Amino acid sequence: MSGGVNSFHVSGYGPERAGWTRLFARDSPARLLDWPILLAATALSLLGSLLVFSATRNRTDINQGDPYYFLVRHWLNTGIGLALMIAVLWLGHRALRTAVPVLYGLSVLLILLVLTPLGSTINGAHSWIKLGGGFSIQPSEFVKLTIILGMAMLLAARVDAGDKPHPGHRTVLQALGLAAVPMLIVMLMPDLGSVMVMVVIVLGVLLASGASNRWIFGLIGTGAIGAITVWQLGVLDEYQINRFAAFANPELDPAGVGYNTNQARIAIGSGGLTGSGLFEGSQTTGQFVPEQQTDFVFTVAGEELGFVGGGLIIVLLGVILWRACRIARDTTDLYGTIVAAGIVAWFAFQSFENIGMTLGIMPVTGLPLPFVSYGGSSMFAVWLAVGLLQSIRLQRPLSAMNPPGRPPARPAGLLV
Amino acid sequence: MTNIPETGRSTRVQIRLVVIQVLVLSLLGTLGGRLWYLQIREGAEYAKKASGNHVQQVVQPAVRGSILDARGVALADNETRLVVSASRTDLMRMRDDGEAVLTKLAGVLGMPAKDVLEKVRLCDAETPQPCWNGSPYQPIPITDEATAKQALQIRERAEDFPGITAEPQAVRRYAAPGQANTAQVLGYLSPVTDEELQKAQDTASPYLRSDQVGRSGLEREYDKELRGKAGVTRYEVDNLGRVIGEAEADPAEPGANLVTSIDARVQRVAEYELNEAMKAARKEMDRNTNRLYEADSGAVVVMEAKTGRVVAMASNPSYDPNAWVGGISGKDYASLTGKDSNYPLLNRAIQGLSAPGSIFKVIPTAAAINAGYSFDGPYECSSSYSIGGQVFKNFESQNHGAISLGRALEVSCDTVFYRLSHEEWKRDGGNKPKKNAKDWFYKTSHQFGLGELTGIDLPNEVTGRVPDRQWKRDYWEANKDAWCKSGKKGGSYVEQIAYENCLEGNRLRAGDSVNYSIGQGDTLVTPIQMASVYAALANGGTLYRPTVGKAVISPDGKQVTKIEPEAQSKLPVTKKTLAEIDGALEGVATRGTAAWRFGGWPQDEIPMHAKTGTAEVYGKQTTSWFATYTKDYSVVMTIAQGGTGSGASGPAVRNIYNALYGVSPEGVIDGKKALLPTPQKTLPKVRTDGTIVSPKISKDPAKERRAAEESEQTPDGDGQDQDQNQDQNQNQDQGATTTTPPPANRDTRRREARRGGPRRGGGGRGDRPSGDGRTRGERTGDGGQDDGRPSGGRLRGALRARRAAGRRAAA
Repeated sequence: MSGGVNSFHVSGYGPERAGWTRLFARDSPARLLDWPILLAATALSLLGSLLVFSATRNRTDINQGDPYYFLVRHWLNTGIGLALMIAVLWLGHRALRTAVPVLYGLSVLLILLVLTPLGSTINGAHSWIKLGGGFSIQPSEFVKLTIILGMAMLLAARVDAGDKPHPGHRTVLQALGLAAVPMLIVMLMPDLGSVMVMVVIVLGVLLASGASNRWIFGLIGTGAIGAITVWQLGVLDEYQINRFAAFANPELDPAGVGYNTNQARIAIGSGGLTGSGLFEGSQTTGQFVPEQQTDFVFTVAGEELGFVGGGLIIVLLGVILWRACRIARDTTDLYGTIVAAGIVAWFAFQSFENIGMTLGIMPVTGLPLPFVSYGGSSMFAVWLAVGLLQSIRLQRPLSAMNPPGRPPARPAGLLV
Repeated sequence: MTNIPETGRSTRVQIRLVVIQVLVLSLLGTLGGRLWYLQIREGAEYAKKASGNHVQQVVQPAVRGSILDARGVALADNETRLVVSASRTDLMRMRDDGEAVLTKLAGVLGMPAKDVLEKVRLCDAETPQPCWNGSPYQPIPITDEATAKQALQIRERAEDFPGITAEPQAVRRYAAPGQANTAQVLGYLSPVTDEELQKAQDTASPYLRSDQVGRSGLEREYDKELRGKAGVTRYEVDNLGRVIGEAEADPAEPGANLVTSIDARVQRVAEYELNEAMKAARKEMDRNTNRLYEADSGAVVVMEAKTGRVVAMASNPSYDPNAWVGGISGKDYASLTGKDSNYPLLNRAIQGLSAPGSIFKVIPTAAAINAGYSFDGPYECSSSYSIGGQVFKNFESQNHGAISLGRALEVSCDTVFYRLSHEEWKRDGGNKPKKNAKDWFYKTSHQFGLGELTGIDLPNEVTGRVPDRQWKRDYWEANKDAWCKSGKKGGSYVEQIAYENCLEGNRLRAGDSVNYSIGQGDTLVTPIQMASVYAALANGGTLYRPTVGKAVISPDGKQVTKIEPEAQSKLPVTKKTLAEIDGALEGVATRGTAAWRFGGWPQDEIPMHAKTGTAEVYGKQTTSWFATYTKDYSVVMTIAQGGTGSGASGPAVRNIYNALYGVSPEGVIDGKKALLPTPQKTLPKVRTDGTIVSPKISKDPAKERRAAEESEQTPDGDGQDQDQNQDQNQNQDQGATTTTPPPANRDTRRREARRGGPRRGGGGRGDRPSGDGRTRGERTGDGGQDDGRPSGGRLRGALRARRAAGRRAAA
């Protein structure tokens, strides 16, 4: 998708159009980029494309007769994702800060659209908008990002202005309200997996914002009581309870969720140390695991690449999370810290939930594995997040990166 | 830039970020740990589950080995039938689950469409028969009676019948060569049960769902050898059962052929003559009961004297073993095992029990000599023998004066043996037995192999019984409660007996020893036991383990595993005694009780030895026994409720010898007509291509032989007939080759009976006949006393004493 990159150059958003030489200068953004994150994310995306290919090359029922259908589309998604990252980098997260209210409003509007007849149901969750031409988007993926941005904007505003050392109660309440609106809508879809991720994001954001401990523990307590109440009142549908319970005990629902759990566990378990080899997994070839190109993509890695391959995915995710944590800790402004920490919470929990459900330690929900699972919305959202992380890293005070005395360089794309 | 305060670096935020970092690390650690647990620690377990998930087996059944007679004639082999089957996997891929194809198929086969559709549905808890209970990946047989025309129709229009195959398949056939059906010796097959399947799962020879398992007779005894190894092709399938690749294929290995020592022609003669003898007996009036003899069952054994090999073994009533092929119908099953069936599944030669009567007397003769009595005596053969108030009479109260033991055998004098046995009983302490009582008469029985299994290679043999002190004690222990409960002093006859049994049933009494000495009382033997004993007398005193199997030959004829005769023990007799008994038994055939049946026998060429027996059974007619031997064979026949030994069984046994040696009724030996003047030594040859070299066998050797005898006896008989017979005999000698399996669709006559009846499966049913066999077998010889009723030898002894009359066991 180099065309996308070029288009940004051509459109002339950068202050210097012929910046290629500067790209390799000592203090150039290319040199200052967090390469481990970029490489790990790219590696995960490419590895994901192979796994998706393995899972779908024989699925004539969904691949339109073209074994490479999903492979090519996964690459396409990755390319668009990279472009989006570069776009974010170009704009800079602080510039985007001003656009946050608009982005937030747009994303909430999109998920509201899902609830209208425009939305469609896939796998029991009414969380998609069909765009035609085989394309569909899942707005809840973007909502995760706008919740982080919106909350960060509110929570950091007074602190970054120097008014307060930490966000006050009123600000926290406002931020919670901001998060609660899309969460309620997503819960109505119902897409419980995304709601769970959003809850964790809210917790992570509050933690990183320096909000009072009382908020943290209060929220956790309320969440626990709320979960018990929901359980007891039977607000959840039968299939949701089954899904939840069957991960621990597949016999509860052997034909439904228990089947998924069981087959996923068999696929992964049979992989052993080195797996059966790419494209050689009989569980995968035999299509025993449902949704294997999306939610259960980790089972392909487990079966065909074994402990080595599965472990590699976890390690790559670990690299991204570790670097993201460093970015959160190294950046100077609270806004950047909160955004980075929110992304960490998001990636960490979604990865844990996704892999955990294939390993039978988490309930089965419809969540994609970041970078690896097939799906445009998810891929775009996570690459946007990578863009934000890179931008936060680039825009931290230069005193932290440059030897004292040297005049601070203005990184490209900085509008502030 | 510098105007931005480092708000993100406050201590609180930094601490919180470290907390987040630690949480993130622990989540990743958890995933890694769980991944290690599933893949490394439990990996093997899941790998096994995975292969079970996506590998399905398709089984090609092994062709079962043939059971051959001593010359290679197939007693049991396989015939090829055109089997039309449907592949469920293919059908399920069709839009209507194959309904249209199956309906069309039903039209071609001339079956109702409903029947065909029901046959391919899978069995589960809610599906009633008919349904398929095998693997869904196995082709499901729709019919095995397709005609060649139907098969052609299906094959030529393969595109109209996707998933349907019409292929020849091997199906068991009991060919009954020369009308020798040999039913009980061959046994039968029935489908493997779930239980057996599971039990054999982890053994070296696991069963397959489609397997047929031998349930009785040779089919059961040599099941492992005959069964072979089914071929298995493993297919990889996807979650919908669609085949995505062939994993591995083991070709089927056909089962080995079993060569038996049975000679089909002699077998036919034995079966025929036994049946004729029983038919004849049923026309005879029984003077004791004033009814015609019932002759309800019988058995005959022809054994090679020098090896213990069984040349013929017939049990009557019999049945057609083909009834079992392809699943027995409910009606057939009832007629084979029902209450009114008289249990034709029983092999009465090894499962029928009866008191031996006078054919037993060779054993007390040997016992007396071992106890120190001389063979020559003389011993008083009085008309009766009294102990206390009881009088034990000789047969028809004859008095032969003072005679030797040899003469006592010849005339079957009871009182001589009464006296000797009673004397020994007294020497052992009488009613107060000594601590080391010698018990010569009982010990000798055991040494002759009675009361034990002969060990013949047929399942469910029964032991019989020697009513010694130990048995008396055990039997009393088992029954005393019932006896003591129902017994009443001075009550009815049965109550009085029970009372006496309750008091002293544990002791061996004088009357017991007297009854026992002539093979009466509680003594029980099987025909195979007596055949072994008389074979041992013929061969110089070696008791062989009787065998039917002679060799196991691999399907390509290359590996031959011989089943050698196995000497079990020596008879407890000296050479001299043996010679004396031998002489006496020859006397029986020439001038004793059996002489009238061997009139004109060429005794000089083929010395004949015989002993007759007529055993009494309480509440029933007498059992006929006839035990004989030459230097080559021993032949023992028995007919329950058939009359006297020589009377009922004599002619049949004589006819069997005539057939074996080619002796005419006048005593002329014609080597050409002899079926088997000496036992078959060589094994039949199995060629590398699986064909078996075997002689042709005439349609019915028994009837032809009879017809030949009759035409010879008629002076102006039709000469042409004779010529024809000679031709046939010559034909028999000419070698001929039959190939196995023989051409398709030869035998359809029994298929009619099966049609419509439910398939009989399962060893539950298959096992039952043998179970019934044992109980029934014991009843056969014992007047029903083994039902646990408080009666026994004592009863018969007393009965005999009180009647103070009656016929004695002799004929």
